[in-house]
Amino acid sequence: MNDVNRRVLPGFRLSLGYTLAYLGVLVLVPLAACFSKAATLPFDRFWAAVSTERAIAAYELTVGASLVSAAINVVLGVLVAWVLVRYEFPLKRLVDSLVDLPFALPTAVAGLVYSSLYVESGWLGRFLVPLGIQAAYSRLAIVLVLVFVGFPFVVRTLEPVLERIDADIEEAAACLGATRLQTVTRVIFPSLYPALVTGFALSFARALGEYGSVVFVSGNMPYKTEIAPVLIVARLEEFAYAEATAIAVVLLVISFSVLVVVNLLERWSKRVYA
Amino acid sequence: MSTPEKTNPRSDPRWVRVALIAAALGVIGVLIVIPLVDVFVEAFGRGLGAYWQTLTGDADTQAAIRLTLTVAPIALALNLIFGIAAAWAISRFRFPGRTLLTALIDLPFSVSPVVAGLIFVLIFGLQGYLGPWLRAHDWRIIFATPGLVLATTFVTFPFIARELIPLMEAIGADEEIAAASLGASGWQLFRRVTLPNIKWGLVYGIILCNARAMGEFGAVYVVSGHITGRTDTMPLRVEKLFQEYNTPGAFAVASLLASLALVTLAVKTALEWKTRRDLAEAARLRSEGDAA
Repeated sequence: MNDVNRRVLPGFRLSLGYTLAYLGVLVLVPLAACFSKAATLPFDRFWAAVSTERAIAAYELTVGASLVSAAINVVLGVLVAWVLVRYEFPLKRLVDSLVDLPFALPTAVAGLVYSSLYVESGWLGRFLVPLGIQAAYSRLAIVLVLVFVGFPFVVRTLEPVLERIDADIEEAAACLGATRLQTVTRVIFPSLYPALVTGFALSFARALGEYGSVVFVSGNMPYKTEIAPVLIVARLEEFAYAEATAIAVVLLVISFSVLVVVNLLERWSKRVYA
Repeated sequence: MSTPEKTNPRSDPRWVRVALIAAALGVIGVLIVIPLVDVFVEAFGRGLGAYWQTLTGDADTQAAIRLTLTVAPIALALNLIFGIAAAWAISRFRFPGRTLLTALIDLPFSVSPVVAGLIFVLIFGLQGYLGPWLRAHDWRIIFATPGLVLATTFVTFPFIARELIPLMEAIGADEEIAAASLGASGWQLFRRVTLPNIKWGLVYGIILCNARAMGEFGAVYVVSGHITGRTDTMPLRVEKLFQEYNTPGAFAVASLLASLALVTLAVKTALEWKTRRDLAEAARLRSEGDAA
């Protein structure tokens, strides 16, 4: 295909050249600038900037809230994907397309509406606040919007896998005397693991960098409800560019590591579960 | 096989089905439907007249709408050209580093929007690498429209390319090779063969890219400088109105963005159904062809 295409089809150099130039100018050079700016800081100043108590509290909250929200999304995602693939009910198609709303709804809108729903006078807050559940301006609020933002990932990675499971396998399990529960937990779930890992990681990665929705609902209190991206913005607004960049580098390294781990896990699970 | 409904090993007991469906609908209801309805209830709560007045009576809100309608199309056009070029290069040719290039295209998705804004401040901002040079020539990028375009383009960078690459790989190059052998020029080949084949995938990528471009918050927040009436896009305007305790104003602008999201979802769903129908149709024709 290689040689034939290049001889017959036009535009190889043009399209590849344009792609590389555009990618370089818009993505690679700016990202490199971020790392090179951080590198101009002497190491002790870099370390001082990224390891302040406030910064460490922010990383812990960012990673912690992202992990919790991704875990919740796995549970909710399994439930919703299972129902959408296996059962019939009225308005199913509408429900199915609503799953994607978090992808289409601007994060600022999500933040605005979640902040108004869970305050004491809000539609949901009026039931929750009397029970002592503060789901606005708290860590719970952060987890809640992150669940919203990452919700479609697990559902959408799981659905095609569920659709592809052979009826034969389940029938075989039933014929061999497995109860329905055994079939589901021992036969169906194991074949979902790779998709679950992917969905979890996508949802986690999205949550790590999320800013727009969190800034509305969290209250942004240093040490308590301040996530790393909010801290970067706070440093920028103090014109502390070097410190902001140092924290940004930490965040970038965390996100890129997640990306690498996801790729490795996907490769590994393809080998093991294929 | 006497009573297939009862013994079908794939069907769950009725109470399990009902309970799971109820739970799933509850999740979607609380997580998605209630917030969506709430946006419109809050926006229209004081009547249609007040809503209209909130949107049209505020010059800064008007400016924000105009700015979003300027920035998003430019970012979209830039990424559209890139997406087509990247998909052509990656799906039609084999070259060293092809897998790496495909992976690099996805890179902006794993960069926090705030960091995406920051990297452009580091280059074009006053203290940035090109800052002094830009100031000498009296050019403004950060805290001005070009910065908003750059940041928006960065965060929406992968959308169209990602949609087109697998699609064009699935379609294959046979038709294009035939056209080229018959003497079609590059442009004819693209317009008459490639474009008709990829048009629905292209529309799909464009609407997703557009939704993100119009709704982007974090990246533009960092580069905008929040100059009311000049560098506030619609999502930034929502935040500013919210900070000023102008909740009706914030929800009015938010309702426009939520409507955009609904239109995006509707087009997306329609396209997905169409693709599924087309695939089923193609499979049917193929099996009929085999039978004949």
